[in-house]
Amino acid sequence: MLSLLEYLQGYQDLEFVRWDNQEGIVEMASDVLPELLTYCLELKPRPTWLTHVVNDERQLGREFCVYLVLHFPSEDFSLTLVAKGIIDKFPTLALIFPALNWSEREAQDLFGLHAVGHPDPRSLVLHPGWPKGFHPLRKDYKVGDEDKDFKRAPLVFPEMHGDGIFQVSVGPIHAGIIEPGHFRFYAIGEPVLHLEAQLFYTHKGIEKLVEGRNIEDGLRIIERVCGVCALSHGLAYCEAVEKLAKVEVTRPVLLWRTILAELERTYNHVGDIGNMCAGVGYAVGNANGSQCKEALQRLNLKFFGHRFLRGVVVPGGVKSIPGAEDSQAILNQLIKLADDFEEWIPFLLEHDGFRQRAVTAGILKAENAIDLGVTGPAARGSGLPCDWRELHAHLLYPELKVKSVVEHDGDAWSRLMVRVHETRESFRLLNTLLREAMEAPTEKNQSDRPFSSHKMRPWEPAWGCVESPRGTDVVWLMLDEESNIYRCRVRSASYANWPAVPLTVPGNIVPDFPLINKSFELCYSCCDR
Amino acid sequence: MWSLLLRKLKTGRLTQKGEKSLAKQTSSNLPSSFRKSLQVRHLDCGSCNGCDWELTALSNSIYDLQHFGIDFVASPRHADLLMCTGPGSTQLLNAARETYEAMAKPKWVIAVGDCAINGGVFKGSYASSGGIGGTLPVDVEVPGCPPSPDDLIKALQGFMGK
Repeated sequence: MLSLLEYLQGYQDLEFVRWDNQEGIVEMASDVLPELLTYCLELKPRPTWLTHVVNDERQLGREFCVYLVLHFPSEDFSLTLVAKGIIDKFPTLALIFPALNWSEREAQDLFGLHAVGHPDPRSLVLHPGWPKGFHPLRKDYKVGDEDKDFKRAPLVFPEMHGDGIFQVSVGPIHAGIIEPGHFRFYAIGEPVLHLEAQLFYTHKGIEKLVEGRNIEDGLRIIERVCGVCALSHGLAYCEAVEKLAKVEVTRPVLLWRTILAELERTYNHVGDIGNMCAGVGYAVGNANGSQCKEALQRLNLKFFGHRFLRGVVVPGGVKSIPGAEDSQAILNQLIKLADDFEEWIPFLLEHDGFRQRAVTAGILKAENAIDLGVTGPAARGSGLPCDWRELHAHLLYPELKVKSVVEHDGDAWSRLMVRVHETRESFRLLNTLLREAMEAPTEKNQSDRPFSSHKMRPWEPAWGCVESPRGTDVVWLMLDEESNIYRCRVRSASYANWPAVPLTVPGNIVPDFPLINKSFELCYSCCDR
Repeated sequence: MWSLLLRKLKTGRLTQKGEKSLAKQTSSNLPSSFRKSLQVRHLDCGSCNGCDWELTALSNSIYDLQHFGIDFVASPRHADLLMCTGPGSTQLLNAARETYEAMAKPKWVIAVGDCAINGGVFKGSYASSGGIGGTLPVDVEVPGCPPSPDDLIKALQGFMGK
């Protein structure tokens, strides 16, 4: 990244905290950041955003700081731009890079900072109804009784007038076993003109909750940010912790972490494929998808002790490494399920009714996906090769030579096909990995030393990043002197993708929304936290 | 069409059989007309979606909740029983209360999972209450993080005295 380095060195007041082959951290005043970001975004290939974190560092004498982590895929280089010394306002970046829109609105809510020039300064995470001046992520806020004072207050939506335009409001409680969110359709006849999504009903204040906790407690909570991406979140968190402790994990650990990540992807993908069929009322597809998911979840329970793979990954290792016999048993079952998958997937793909609903429904344009920093099957369905397994050398993925699965139409069908191909690919990867696991000598040398005895570097930012079934999950972490969590930011794939969903709906009819929504298959909980 | 039929014949019956020992229990507080069939509404009160997915799993071919006479309905107005997941996130509690009020009497509430019972790992946060019990009258608690589909079926059967 020489050209980038030279460009940055042209600035007077930048402070290079770190610069090596993989990672750079550069500090600056907040008014320089927009210019630097503009330059970075014009580089080819364009960098992707990993996370945007606001941190209250007043007790360190640095006021509020904004950390923006970008990743340059050509050289697998990540750059953290730090704007420090923010007292009460910072210039918005959302106009330059719309992906940061939500994140800056969140900073306004939770820190009480003002994003100057923000195009949509409505509150986001905190619904209207909280007491005035309630900014829970400021360090001087101690958890009190504010939730008792939460009042019912109307949500703010744009007005839309015209002949025959009407609004359909849906939620937050939906008909079915779904998470809560409010959708406001502006429709004229059947076709939708505009959609507003009001989320954050399940906001639980997790980022405040983990502050001051030790590493293990933190992991327990971070794994519960989301039910079905529990492993990805936990693994991303562990990667961040290991960076701060400068711990290298052994090859068997890497191997089993890769296996676990692929198992999570497989059980989610088959379930999501089935759920898309539920979105159009096609029972055969739904039944087969949910059967396959159940079989995989039972496998998780049998060999790893939890149907959602919670508590399996721990800092510095994995909880237990199955022996050769277990690996063989897992492999045998997976081969069966992979054969079964090939048997039932044609029922969906060759079903005209299903195909006609899914093709051209909910098109996400590539340029929108780029602007909004969309990730996961949603981005790959729109032609962006952004699989974190390919972009970043981690776990055993470089050896497996994973390539992003890409479809180009951006509709629900494309997102379905991305999942279908990725499921096949995951079965293939699992086959390779489990064969290695069978041949590897069983060693039980996960060091007996508890992880908390490692010296961790305080006040340093670290991120961990894992490709979950829904896209790239990023956990950003900073510890204090006692190795307790000072700030932990979870940017889940759903958080990155939700702003894109309303854009894909206009032009479709209202009854297509369940299908479009299910083709993205985003969680509400890990978006709302 | 033929391939579908062939597959159906090959797979056969997938639904696992319930445990017979439960059939003898009769200690249910439910009025007798509710003991054979219950209509259930799921209510997410800020859960991490783990419990929700286990509730979804109840309707798959393996657990097939409907063969116990239990079904998930789309509206609280059709429901006898509310299954609540999650610790009760502040911004959702008004909607949760209204959902309960919309149900016809008699009505019951099950708290599904550790969070719904006592807040679970989310206890002590600024935007979640310690369980759903502070907002709605809970009749049955099903512990677990998340409770497995088998646990849920057992709890429902126990509740109905089946």
